[in-house]
Amino acid sequence: MAETKELVKTLADRHGRTRESLIPILQGVVQQERYISSEAMTEIARELDISAAKVYGTATFYSFLDTQPRGKFVIRVCRTISCAMRGKSLIIQEIEDLLKIKVGETTQNRRFTLLETNCLGWCHKGPAMLVNDEVYTELTPERVRDIINEYMNK
Amino acid sequence: MPNNFLRRVDLIFDEDCNLKDVLKSTYQRSNDDIINELLESGLKGRGGAGFPTALKWKFTSEQPDADKYIVCNADEGEPGTFKDREILFKVPFKVFGGMAICAKVIGAKEGFLYLRGEYRFLLPELENQLKVFHSALNDLGINFTIKIVMGSGAYICGEESALFESMEGDRGEPRNKPPYPTVSGFRKKPTVINNVETLVYSFMIFRYGARKFKELGTADSRGSKVFSISGDTPKPGIYELELGMTVEQFVEEFGDGDTKAVQVGGASGFCVPRKKFKDTIIGFEGVPTGGSMMLFNSSRSMYNVLKNYLEFFEEESCGQCTPCRVGCQQLKLGIEAVKKGERHAVYLDQLQKLAQTMKITAKCGLGQSVANSFFSIVENFKEEMIY
Repeated sequence: MAETKELVKTLADRHGRTRESLIPILQGVVQQERYISSEAMTEIARELDISAAKVYGTATFYSFLDTQPRGKFVIRVCRTISCAMRGKSLIIQEIEDLLKIKVGETTQNRRFTLLETNCLGWCHKGPAMLVNDEVYTELTPERVRDIINEYMNK
Repeated sequence: MPNNFLRRVDLIFDEDCNLKDVLKSTYQRSNDDIINELLESGLKGRGGAGFPTALKWKFTSEQPDADKYIVCNADEGEPGTFKDREILFKVPFKVFGGMAICAKVIGAKEGFLYLRGEYRFLLPELENQLKVFHSALNDLGINFTIKIVMGSGAYICGEESALFESMEGDRGEPRNKPPYPTVSGFRKKPTVINNVETLVYSFMIFRYGARKFKELGTADSRGSKVFSISGDTPKPGIYELELGMTVEQFVEEFGDGDTKAVQVGGASGFCVPRKKFKDTIIGFEGVPTGGSMMLFNSSRSMYNVLKNYLEFFEEESCGQCTPCRVGCQQLKLGIEAVKKGERHAVYLDQLQKLAQTMKITAKCGLGQSVANSFFSIVENFKEEMIY
């Protein structure tokens, strides 16, 4: 994939080609392509001159470095206790109904992925979720419907 | 009834301080003088473990290496904690200022702020603030730069040695200790790693002097602390309070009148049941906390709370050492089996033994502290675990 190759090269130019550049490069790939394909991993290994296994090892450790294909918008709903107590199940239910997918799945058109995540640090304003890097707090089923609808039109 | 003991403090978010003035006056002092002032203040790390900050700085300053680093740990991931986000949002210059003072003492030219991936939205503004900060340092003729490093969603990277591994491009797996970071940290060089809040307090101690800080709190827990308050409370949010209050005093102020338990210190902290509110002090002499305070009222099932914590640990365990990797899974499966009636209630005793084993044998703080919430919830709410 020529595009991925180009992207990895650009990122390596920006962040450098040392071991310490690995995570910034992986993050850059996720920002652009929403996940790290095996092609991308091989390409990164070649650019940084380290083994592909090392790249794989690091990439698969971090929950935000997705190695499975994801939608353009990755929704992560906080599943930790404070948000759970404030009704995160209702939020998940609402998103599942809207997008016709379950937690862990991606819509057919590759627009949305729904995931659960651990504490997002918004316990006083739960339930909370991330859509890519954007934070949404004090969610209600109505509010989450509006937010998702907005993204559908993006 | 007025709550006389609970004292609000305004040191952290206090805007009445000038970065340049504080740095200028502090940079004129000798390193020993700075360390002594910090020692005098009694400041202990605000991330949860509570190691005296002055000693970390002192030990690192004594290392002969030419390259040393100061790292700010902003990988705030403990369930129920959100204070560092607020501090970085409101007063980032104080965090940078604290790092610059430490840099002088230990002789560091480079500093790093490791920001958790969940807080990426803070990055553009932090980068702006950093530019302002660097230009202020330039005016003062101070040779020190800070770089922000982004995390990618791993709770374990809040553990200092795992954080260094992550900064170096590896899996966030904790290292063996010793050596401690003061001897071998980032890039295996002597490193001071402090929590966001600790750095702000260090900065404020050099703004106001150790005495003002020392006047607050108790002998074991000096000063004030930022608390992140959530759960069943009419006023969730962030509050800076003087240390030394009991859980009872805390609940009087923040409870909803029906509080049955308070989880102090997040999933890795302790659950305090109502009958122990009166005698439990929030601080290093009682239950320590990195700031997380979660209140539960009588409508909550403590079984669900514990199960949520164990699911959290099971997912966030780095998997490196067996006690933690297998232990977290088995504790969760175990309480589920007891709840369903597949196991007799005495099985809980066996699970407690497992938790105790994890406390002794796990490699890092994550695995060791699972026992804290496990014991304190199972022992105090046994009926809820069984029926």
